[in-house]
Amino acid sequence: MTDSTTNRGSMTLESDLSSVDAVETKAEQLAREAGFDEDSSSQIAMVAREAVINAILHGNKKDPAKQIHVSYELNAEALRIKIADEGHGLDPDTVPDPLAPENILRSSGRGIFLMKAIMDEVHFHQLNPGTEIEMIKYRVKKELSA
Amino acid sequence: MSMTFKVREVGGVTIVDLSGKITMGEGSPTLREEVHKLVAEGKKKIVLNLADVNYIDSSGLGELVSSYTSVKNSGGELKLLNLTSRVRDLLVITKLVTVFDVKDDEATAVSSFA
Repeated sequence: MTDSTTNRGSMTLESDLSSVDAVETKAEQLAREAGFDEDSSSQIAMVAREAVINAILHGNKKDPAKQIHVSYELNAEALRIKIADEGHGLDPDTVPDPLAPENILRSSGRGIFLMKAIMDEVHFHQLNPGTEIEMIKYRVKKELSA
Repeated sequence: MSMTFKVREVGGVTIVDLSGKITMGEGSPTLREEVHKLVAEGKKKIVLNLADVNYIDSSGLGELVSSYTSVKNSGGELKLLNLTSRVRDLLVITKLVTVFDVKDDEATAVSSFA
């Protein structure tokens, strides 16, 4: 492993959809820096966007008194993105399976599924108050070619 | 960047050429509204040409599903044409590719309607 640099940072955002673009742009920049290709970087940015939208709409319910906390770390091993809201918490086990035949034609409910499909790991941490979602994408291809 | 669309008729089929992103707050309501308008006008054979759509998120997928059910419930058919790799990947991941009739060229799409 030749790249031992760690890029770490955080952002605090208002509970407004105008905040979404900043996170998406940062996630895509980090993904490209990590060495992911254009399509993968776009997907990583997209699920970061999904997580922020969920935090704003379902977590903070657009309450202007509540904020979204984003932190990220890119190291030699992986890209980690954490997005936390200040809402009433989320039990991810209660989210319906969007692949189930009875749900396939629903017009919503695919955000968390896409995060899990595109990232290598997705963890939910219950805060007090709020929920933090941690998404990890390993730099596997880069390691193999090193 | 928001979504734009052009509507044209080919052989009795309504083709909607979409361009841009289909995402939350960036065109998704417009797609749903446009399809609902076409349904209200009595259009029964609709093709969404996604050749110039390089970005879609879960809200955009929801808009495609909503458009599909809207047309189907009116007794019509909605098909997808010219998926980009990014859009196709998400349709495969979400298994929506099993719901939609997806075509790769316009002539085939037009002639596929009964």
